[in-house]
Amino acid sequence: MNPSSARHAEAPASQPDAGYLLAVSDLRVQFETSRGTVHAVDGVTYGVRRGETVALVGESGSGKSVSALAIMRLLPRTTARVSGEVLFDGRDLLALPAAHMRALRGREIAMIFQEPMTSLNPVLSIGLQLSEPLRAHLGLSEARARQRAIELLSQVGITDPEHRLRQYPHQLSGGMRQRVMIAMALSCGPKLIIADEPTTALDVTIQAQILDLLRDLSRRLGIALVLITHNLGIVARYADRVNVMYAAQLAEQAAAGPLFATPRHFYTLALLRSIPRLDRRRTARLATIEGLPPDLRDPAPGCRFAPRCAARIAACENVPRLAEIGPGHRSACVRAHEVAAAPEPAADSGARRRPAALPPLLEIEDLKKHFGVAAGPRAAMIRTPLVRAVDGVSLVIGRGETLGLVGESGCGKTTVGRLVVGLETPTSGRIRIDGRDIAGDAVRDFRGFRRKVQMVFQDPYSALNPRMTVGAFIAEPLLVHRLVPSRAAARARVTDLLRQVGLYPYMAERYPHELSGGQRQRVGIARALALEPSLIVCDEPVSALDVSIQGQVINLLESLRDRHALSLLFISHDLAVVRHICDRVAVMYLGKLMEFADRDTIYDAPRHPYTQALLDAVPVPDPAIEAARRPSRLKGEIPSPLDPPAGCVFHTRCPIATERCRREVPELRELSPGHHAACHNIGGAAA
Amino acid sequence: MTRYLTHRLLLALPTLLGVAVLIFIMLRVVPGDIVELKLRGEGGNVTQDVVERERARLGLDKPLAAQFGDWMVGLVTLDFGKSMWTERPVVDEIGLRFKLSFELAILSMLIAVAVALPLGTVSALLRDTWIDYVVRFVSVAGLAMPAFWLGMLMILALLHFFNWLPPITFTPLWQDPVANLSQLIWPALAVGYRYSAVVTRMLRSSIIEVMNEDYVRTARAKGMRERIVIGRHALRNALLPTTTVVGLEFAFLIGGLVVTEQVFNLNGLGKLFVQAVTRNDFTLVQGLVMLVATVSVLVNLAVDLLYAVLDPRIRYR
Repeated sequence: MNPSSARHAEAPASQPDAGYLLAVSDLRVQFETSRGTVHAVDGVTYGVRRGETVALVGESGSGKSVSALAIMRLLPRTTARVSGEVLFDGRDLLALPAAHMRALRGREIAMIFQEPMTSLNPVLSIGLQLSEPLRAHLGLSEARARQRAIELLSQVGITDPEHRLRQYPHQLSGGMRQRVMIAMALSCGPKLIIADEPTTALDVTIQAQILDLLRDLSRRLGIALVLITHNLGIVARYADRVNVMYAAQLAEQAAAGPLFATPRHFYTLALLRSIPRLDRRRTARLATIEGLPPDLRDPAPGCRFAPRCAARIAACENVPRLAEIGPGHRSACVRAHEVAAAPEPAADSGARRRPAALPPLLEIEDLKKHFGVAAGPRAAMIRTPLVRAVDGVSLVIGRGETLGLVGESGCGKTTVGRLVVGLETPTSGRIRIDGRDIAGDAVRDFRGFRRKVQMVFQDPYSALNPRMTVGAFIAEPLLVHRLVPSRAAARARVTDLLRQVGLYPYMAERYPHELSGGQRQRVGIARALALEPSLIVCDEPVSALDVSIQGQVINLLESLRDRHALSLLFISHDLAVVRHICDRVAVMYLGKLMEFADRDTIYDAPRHPYTQALLDAVPVPDPAIEAARRPSRLKGEIPSPLDPPAGCVFHTRCPIATERCRREVPELRELSPGHHAACHNIGGAAA
Repeated sequence: MTRYLTHRLLLALPTLLGVAVLIFIMLRVVPGDIVELKLRGEGGNVTQDVVERERARLGLDKPLAAQFGDWMVGLVTLDFGKSMWTERPVVDEIGLRFKLSFELAILSMLIAVAVALPLGTVSALLRDTWIDYVVRFVSVAGLAMPAFWLGMLMILALLHFFNWLPPITFTPLWQDPVANLSQLIWPALAVGYRYSAVVTRMLRSSIIEVMNEDYVRTARAKGMRERIVIGRHALRNALLPTTTVVGLEFAFLIGGLVVTEQVFNLNGLGKLFVQAVTRNDFTLVQGLVMLVATVSVLVNLAVDLLYAVLDPRIRYR
């Protein structure tokens, strides 16, 4: 505790030492909005040395992206006020004339953005977009620029670069586009690249490819990298040093090793504890960070994390100061030295007791869903290609069981969920609930069936009707199914449901835009619960939420499941979350099941090469473990489901594929009791 | 591409057929009779016998089905018949005025685009500055002011300040461009102003939208000059919705400028349309409607093709 810390608050938290390529000190960004001034970045100081990778990690709204855009001077001049000092190679970027700054952008500092889908201009060819900076900054001739563009594309691992130059962004996959973005960033030989969530929109195998590429290239070419991310696993795998941001300020600054091993800020600690771990058996419920980040229009003067911090004391109301507490390790926590002594969260019944043989609730048998692709007036005239979104999937979910369905985008996991709920009609196959086949008569017996199976959707921002109050939204199914005698009874039930999902009854009067993302997802869960279903299909229920909110929602789902003896079909691309919440896990690839087993079996001893590669691709939030891992990365892209490979659909990317895999579709075999996999090349009944 | 074009043109046939059927029925349902009007309209006293003979001569005594059959056969053979009033072929009546109306529409469009492109762009880029306010005022005024009223003001001004009036007779452009333009530039300005107001507003809002796109940020992050960011990266994307508006408005101008033609005393399609309708000149109205429908279909096709040029995501096969 430092009672005089308030006095020091005005001084820059730390003087950047010499040798920094980029030295940001006391960076502040204010946005003038109609509802007041938002302090989006509030005194941020950090440095980046030549050739090193520095991560900026934090939740949405913490100011990490805004601070990067401020460095690049890409914020709109009319609404954003930037102050502080940004020294880059000896020049103060914030004081440079606009023309000098422009000449620097793309030449010495390049940036890679989050959304490869929208960050490239859809109407300009790849070649033009790639050669633009070469011609503008290096003055290359058109022919030379083209030559260099081809070199760059091969450097980032794009095959057939001459052909790609003539293509347009929509003809490339997300991973390819991000490679093009990287090529663009590299084009003029920059000293620094700022990558803003470069892989958030990508699948995990592609994420690993892209980040490996970025790391290898920046190391080889000696480029410093600022990596902005919310994913602590990525930080652990790729960063040398880490800056943790919370509510527009730095909470902690350290080399990656010490940060993960001995965090010195309670926010960092809470963050690390609130994420489920891919590499560990579940021992306890997730530690959550209750509440929401502060309003950045008028934050309280003290520690911004204090209102959500379990370890807050009176001194937390003083203005915090980023203080050196070890070599290169700074923390803004007044109890920095006590963080290490924080008690571990108590273990709960980690291994949830699951009866050996659960009576089946949902049985899916050889389920298929094929979509025709052509649309419009010609669709009927020509033979339409088929997308085999789901191609022969069989699964069973027991009563009270949680089954995780994982896979990358386009694998058909969401379609399985929609089929089970009855939002799609299967092309063939059976779906039985409580022994009754509902695939055929889902429409006829709409109401009776819909009551039993409910769904929680991915994006809480678009899943709620913006013109309906929360109460009306939750009450609607009750009224439709005539489950309540009167509107008053419906209101009482809504109050009860809101309480169950951890919201206040008065929120029934609110509209969705008045709620945070986590609260909206709770509303979605309350709506699903209203009909007292026996199965809830959760389609990526937490992937749109911040880490600290994600933990809250996962814990809520778990406790509701246990209280109401619900079965869950948990669809997710986040393998760590699935390990935490699910009893059994099924892995899908291109419409087919690759492997399914008990959760710990599949995570500790995966047999299918796809499952192994998938698990390898996910970074674990522990630099020590990451350093020791020698992961094999999947090469190439996920093939188009329009034209899936013959034989085993995975053979094009499989490290152990043989001639047989190219011809013969592998059957799902039981390797050991309860452990099934579809692969020709793995042993029989080995443990 | 050729396949796509053929396909689109084939699809236009049922559309045009529908229009043909509709206009045929509508004309027969609406009360009024051309023969009555022709022979008795101005107080002429003719016997019922004469009226019947005239009806028979025009084919109006045939059953509706037969009349419809004639109309369809005529359409297929591109024979639109003669005007029931003037007895001249419909094609000639329309052809005489089409040149003027078409040129007027083209001129208006050129003026509109020439005005809207810079104004819309400037107003979007200098959003919420006084320049933007002036442009917005000017374009709202253009939407609010009827073109014919503006035309009247122009004529009065020409008369007052120059003691001159635009010529009344149409001279084809390639015969005497000066005479042609001195007649048509005024209505084109009056109509083009309103037209440009619509396009300016559309362009302004799409540029504002496009400037917030991620790829514009990417272009800036690459260190591109603002001129290139706007001209190459933003404008081409913003032109897409604007093209649609330009096309829709253009189709309207063929045959839609009734009052403006009146004000400038132009012998155009709008005037012909009104005459034909008030005279119950079935054949002429039918011919005009088919013309307008065909132009609309072709303009829409042209817009779609332009889309494909501007946006590589759209490729027709």
